[in-house]
Amino acid sequence: TKKELPEHLKSYKHVWVLVELERGVVHPVSWELLGEGRKLADKLKVDLAAVVLGAPGGTADAIKDSFGYGADLCYVVENPSLVDYRNEPYTTAMTELVNKYQPEILLMGATNLGRDLAGSVATTLLTGLTADCTELDVDSDGSLAATRPTFGGSLLCTIYTLNYRPQMATMRPRVAAMPVYQPGRTGRVINHEVSLPEDSIITKVLSFLPDSATGKANLPYADVVVAGGLGMQNAENYQLVRNLAEVLGAEWGGSRPLVQKGWIPSDRQIGQTGKTIRPRLYIAAGISGAIQHRVGVEGADLIVAINTDPNAPIFDFAHVGIVADATKILPALTEAFRKRLALAAARPAAE
Amino acid sequence: MHIVVCIKQVPDSAQIRVHPVTNTIMRQGVPTIINPYDLFSLEEALRLRDKFGGEVTVVTMGPPMADASLRKCLTFGADRAVLLTDRFFAGSDTLATSYALSYLIKKVGEEWGAPDIIFCGKQTIDGDTAQVGPGIAKRLNLLQLTYISKIDEFDLAKREITLQRRAEGGIQVLKTKLPCLVTMLEGTNDMRRGSIEDALRGARSEIVTWSAAEAGIPDLALCGLRGSPTIVKKVFAPAPRDEKAFQIDVQDKSANDISEALIAEINQRQPGLEQDIQKLAAGF
Ligand SMILES: Cc1cc2nc3c(=O)[nH]c(=O)nc-3n(C[C@H](O)[C@H](O)[C@H](O)COP(=O)(O)OP(=O)(O)OC[C@H]3O[C@@H](n4cnc5c(N)ncnc54)[C@H](O)[C@@H]3O)c2cc1C
Ligand SMILES: Cc1cc2nc3c(=O)[nH]c(=O)nc-3n(C[C@H](O)[C@H](O)[C@H](O)COP(=O)(O)OP(=O)(O)OC[C@H]3O[C@@H](n4cnc5c(N)ncnc54)[C@H](O)[C@@H]3O)c2cc1C
Repeated sequence: TKKELPEHLKSYKHVWVLVELERGVVHPVSWELLGEGRKLADKLKVDLAAVVLGAPGGTADAIKDSFGYGADLCYVVENPSLVDYRNEPYTTAMTELVNKYQPEILLMGATNLGRDLAGSVATTLLTGLTADCTELDVDSDGSLAATRPTFGGSLLCTIYTLNYRPQMATMRPRVAAMPVYQPGRTGRVINHEVSLPEDSIITKVLSFLPDSATGKANLPYADVVVAGGLGMQNAENYQLVRNLAEVLGAEWGGSRPLVQKGWIPSDRQIGQTGKTIRPRLYIAAGISGAIQHRVGVEGADLIVAINTDPNAPIFDFAHVGIVADATKILPALTEAFRKRLALAAARPAAE
Repeated sequence: MHIVVCIKQVPDSAQIRVHPVTNTIMRQGVPTIINPYDLFSLEEALRLRDKFGGEVTVVTMGPPMADASLRKCLTFGADRAVLLTDRFFAGSDTLATSYALSYLIKKVGEEWGAPDIIFCGKQTIDGDTAQVGPGIAKRLNLLQLTYISKIDEFDLAKREITLQRRAEGGIQVLKTKLPCLVTMLEGTNDMRRGSIEDALRGARSEIVTWSAAEAGIPDLALCGLRGSPTIVKKVFAPAPRDEKAFQIDVQDKSANDISEALIAEINQRQPGLEQDIQKLAAGF
């Protein structure tokens, strides 16, 4: 396991991040990855590039924001076939760019888009791809050290792609912090033409049903999250979690067993095989704090745990603990917040 | 119609333990199961077969004991099971795994008819990369449809399929051609129990077992550890956080008192949060 980079791969330089632009919106994981990519590029003393793929005329904002979040340059492919994400044209565009401009590191979000695309691109390029990393670093010989949890979070491993380029990795939303936006920061734009005639693309998008229409959860980006676990005892008691969330304007979620019991839908599961969250406040009621749950919530600024068992593992990583019955505390807490917020609302706005 | 379903035998990871001294995974004695995500794909395949006719072949690459998982699939109603097993495959990463599996599927196609659809699980619970499905699709030059929540239409005569895909921020309704590779989202169906006849057949059936040579894998250097660009350099347990939670005093306190104390603690640690909650709760 020594690094013996073949001659033709020595020209691979710079760190790239795919900017996930879909239906006019950039997934924030792309900015989080630019933040991580910036650190790697600075260590390697190379450039950080953003890759923006999209519809003609639809990439300007994404390019501007890429620079604002730290990119030195932007590779841009505009093509009518890139309006919606589809595996075929995206794989073609991405692999063409890589073969022509040769990055040494290529990062993508571990989203449904990123995971779908990264697997195809890595296989086309016959290079290594490390999935769902929680930490990215470069070691002394300049190799990417990609650390990821495995076996449901009970272990971590560090993976290298020593003798192939680019070194590819994906990272889940909210694992890395959002970098500071620097307004007015700019850089070089490199436009690249790719031939993607629509009649050569077999898969067609018939329609798109946006989530807002169906009231989907947005746990990863919520400021406040309230969650329950098996300690809530039954589906009726789980309603107490939702009541508090409603008063706080928060998102609600839970541990995996609640999904299996059908108390909450699967898109509200928090943890290793659910959502990674990074709220300013996380309230966990009746959750034991298993490692698979812990890895999904550790990025929270403030973790409050309510649990009857003083030895519950959740008190090992929560910041504030309450050893008490959650079915008693939650209603009282909901009422207390409701009163405070009503009082504050009744006062005329100070600004 | 011929459908191939790729399944993986995985350790029941709820029971995985880490050796406290060597930090290695203690697999001995850990029960194995069919990767739970694969069952949603197997059930979808069986439903298509029941409706449109044909056969379902389940395949896996793994150690000889993986035949137990294949046999289980036969008891659910799969028609045939093929195990690819060889010491050359040890240490395969996803690139090497998709290489071997793509040749296995080619060979299965030569023996029993080219597959119209290949199903994979969304991901596994051990490696958990979600990379093998896309890898196989690329190597076999198949259209790839991941995170599918529903198959809306299936037209074998026109060789067309319409499906719903979970995308970021919504559902994409996609139409494409056969043959293709599909990975199903979890929770999209309920695995059947299998009939008594299937249970008996499953117990009696022979599992077709091939070595790398028998499956016609051309280049062993692209298999196993040698064929894997990724290198696992170290495996370790996450560092424990040494600070314990600050405990709110609950001794002889009412739920109301405890709540007020908690709110004070939250406001002290996250100044400004309550004002922002005010805005959030007002619906901004
Ligand atoms: C591969 C794999 C992936 C997994 N992925 C996830 C994941 O993504 N997310 C996840 O959450 N889990 C996941 N798990 C499951 C995880 O291992 C735990 O089983 C799960 O998190 C436990 O859920 P829980 O804390 O709700 O239940 P329990 O562990 O049963 O804990 C219930 C807690 O409630 C407390 N309690 C009881 N009554 C009360 C009361 N009245 N008031 C207050 N507290 C009370 C108890 O003291 C206990 O600590 C995964 C497991 C595996 C094997
Ligand atoms: C600790 C650890 C970390 C790892 N990290 C990485 C990594 O970051 N990158 C990497 O390239 N490899 C990695 N690997 C190797 C990887 O786990 C193996 O290549 C494994 O054979 C397949 O990957 P997976 O389990 O992630 O499958 P996934 O890609 O998650 O599986 C998706 C689907 O593909 C099918 N499938 C997968 N494997 C088989 C099989 N053997 N037979 C039949 N069907 C199958 C199943 O339908 C499955 O549901 C890691 C392995 C370990 C032990």
